[in-house]
Amino acid sequence: MTTDTTPEERAQEQEPLGGFGASLQNIFSAENSILVTVLAIVLALIVGAILMVVSDTSAMSKADYFFQSPGDFLSAAWHDISTGYSALFKGAIFDPKTVNGTPSQFFGPITGTLLDATPLIFGGLAVSLAFRGGLFNIGGQGQLIMGAIFAGYVGFAWHLPTGLHVIVAVIAGAIGGGLYGLLVGVLKAWRGAHEVIVTIMFNYAAFLFLGWLLNANGFHDPHVFGQAVSKPVDPNARLPHLFGDSVPTDISLVIAIAAAVVVSWFFRRSKLGFEVRALGFNPFAARTAGINVGRTRILTMALSGLLFGLVGVCQTLGTANANNNSLSPNIDANLGFTAITVALLGRNKPWGIVWAALLFGAFDAGAPIMQASAGIRVEIVSVIEALIVIFVAAPRLVQEIFRLRARRAAAATGGQA
Amino acid sequence: MTTTSIAAPSVGTAAKSGRANLIAGLSQAVIGVYAVFAFGLGARTQHSAKAAVGMALNPNAPGALHMQQFPAAPVAIALGALCTVCGLVRAFVTVSTVGRRWLTSGYVLAFVLAFLVWASAGTSGRGGISLPFAIQNTLIAAVPLILGALCGVICERSGVVNVAIEGQFLFGAFAGAMAATMANSVWVGLIAGCFGGALLGALLAVLANRYHIEQVVLGVVLNVFALGLTSFLYTQVLAPNQSSYNNPPIFQAIRIPGLASIPVIGEALFDNNIILYATFVIVVIVEIALFRTRWGLRTRAVGEHPRAADTVGIKVLGTRYRNVILAGLLSGLGGVWLSIGQVGAFTTNMSSGKGFIALAALIVGRWSPVGALGAALLFGFFGGLGQTLSSLQTGVPSQFLSMAPYLVTVFVVASLGGLVRPPAAENQPFVKG
Repeated sequence: MTTDTTPEERAQEQEPLGGFGASLQNIFSAENSILVTVLAIVLALIVGAILMVVSDTSAMSKADYFFQSPGDFLSAAWHDISTGYSALFKGAIFDPKTVNGTPSQFFGPITGTLLDATPLIFGGLAVSLAFRGGLFNIGGQGQLIMGAIFAGYVGFAWHLPTGLHVIVAVIAGAIGGGLYGLLVGVLKAWRGAHEVIVTIMFNYAAFLFLGWLLNANGFHDPHVFGQAVSKPVDPNARLPHLFGDSVPTDISLVIAIAAAVVVSWFFRRSKLGFEVRALGFNPFAARTAGINVGRTRILTMALSGLLFGLVGVCQTLGTANANNNSLSPNIDANLGFTAITVALLGRNKPWGIVWAALLFGAFDAGAPIMQASAGIRVEIVSVIEALIVIFVAAPRLVQEIFRLRARRAAAATGGQA
Repeated sequence: MTTTSIAAPSVGTAAKSGRANLIAGLSQAVIGVYAVFAFGLGARTQHSAKAAVGMALNPNAPGALHMQQFPAAPVAIALGALCTVCGLVRAFVTVSTVGRRWLTSGYVLAFVLAFLVWASAGTSGRGGISLPFAIQNTLIAAVPLILGALCGVICERSGVVNVAIEGQFLFGAFAGAMAATMANSVWVGLIAGCFGGALLGALLAVLANRYHIEQVVLGVVLNVFALGLTSFLYTQVLAPNQSSYNNPPIFQAIRIPGLASIPVIGEALFDNNIILYATFVIVVIVEIALFRTRWGLRTRAVGEHPRAADTVGIKVLGTRYRNVILAGLLSGLGGVWLSIGQVGAFTTNMSSGKGFIALAALIVGRWSPVGALGAALLFGFFGGLGQTLSSLQTGVPSQFLSMAPYLVTVFVVASLGGLVRPPAAENQPFVKG
């Protein structure tokens, strides 16, 4: 193969490359519908239910004598599933017990969902922005940690007037994430290093860097002995509440919706957005059309990192921070990877991402309640989220399971296994 | 996944490679000058301090080789200067592709040696930097990387990108630890762990080949799935009942008589457990199988030109399914090494990015088993560096030493850039017709 002449090699390279970008574009648009999405969620919840039962050792011990007394096992299994999912619902949407409670009790679960959805909107937009340029940014963890470090540092080390401080801190966080993303873009565009490997490695580097900072003089909070925590951010730098102090929703929700509008505009109307999309479809055609491929890739990664930096801002300056608005080692809360699933479920469209973020935000908000009242650990949520994405990505699998009639006779793609 | 990595220079930077070399070379030279000042002229190497290199794992044993010493400052300065020269050559002299690879290797080697000389300066009281200990740490860190990279080689040579090596490690480690505990046998754990890896491999194969999900995305989502599932089962089932589910026996070291008494390398190489020996045997087997057997020829044909392979009667999809699942056994073994080969328990996210470093090793090793072995040993050295230097009191924060394997991976992947070419049909679902 290596003895081929240059044009042939070029053609061979072109094919997979075009395929890669185009398949990233089309991955969730072809023969997909809202029905498939709903069925995918149902399937994932069914698998989650099976997991709940299988992981409950006392229920499984009843399965040993299933044929003597199936009722025992079935009722134990049903108990697991129903308490689990009803607790999830109560924690995420609405708890009937709070009908006569205070407004903050009544709206508590739903505002919790909004709170958890906000960083996911930023993150989902970040991943989708890179996706549409044919780049796969799995460096969200690192970029949001860098954003959090920048925002946190400006928040506690600088002392600016009310109003100005929070704006400067938010911008600093965005710049932090953006620079870290830019670095990936530079390595990709100038050195040809694959962004998937580089971003993963940068995730670990950022995590370890944060771990060092939190114990370093100037960053570590001297009032908290023996704990890796930074100094708390000034009250001036905290994101203001949106609906009064009793409800935890903060202004970042508005910024997130605005970001969705901006990203939507970016792809529809802006020149750079057009170039990014063109690059995602076919880099060779894009270059032929006069687009500077390297520059566009660098800017794409920088913008994606910038949005991830805003995730770090939410986690540090927002009400989502449970640590008195200071940095801690687990500041990323695995949002970098959840964001990928959000972008995929939202099919890389800004408003789809908002809906997907609300769904996954509801899971994330309900999970701790489920763990507290039904004894099912929160980690199950990431299993369900990954399964939803897998099912949505494989519409034919869902159609086969539910015996849906395929829209097009998919004879050519018939399985040969 | 690497489809874009080969294409990137040819698309974006063909005209700019001169400028890119200038920038890269100059920044390397600047770092080289820094190495001269920090390692050669820093406080640690002053007052004619001597670098110390230990030659035995247990220096007090009878007949053990003595520690070797040499002046630290001049050696470190010379190595730093060599770094600078490599950088300047790269910046201002047009060199061939092969020459560039040698320059990069020389640069990395000189820089690392300069650092090690600096780190070991004046540590003769603490036994110096122990060579056998470094080899041992390298091997321990490299085993999962080698196995994961081999898994990746087989998958990608058959045209399926496997980014889910990380998840396969976790499945293997989890299944290995749990089965070994319940059966109280490492061998049951080994088999269960391998099948754990193969199970995720099977899932990857079906979703990629039958349902045509984009394979890089699929791999990443499968990693999220594997991490979520093992973490959930760990916190829900294993952690509350550690003694009955997560207290496995551990593979014991087997000392090979004769070979193990070779000075310096003997103890480090020939006093290890069976998985480590098996890993090196598997490298040889896969290398021969891939390039010398009918199976290997067919595998490579399916990965390079599936249409042609199909035309001559090779079952493309069958080959892909079989290879991805078989390769999963290897990744599973890598997971087994993590849980019952080393630690003796499963913990959440215990693979910590090793699956991705294995992926980088496979690219750096240019999709060949022996090349992947070399790259995995390189990354393994940096993975074990923190352990190797732990007793030397270098003052370098442990977090920065832990960062080394990740940053070196980025550096190597970035220096190699467009010099590597993946199998042509990688990441392309095959549709017969």
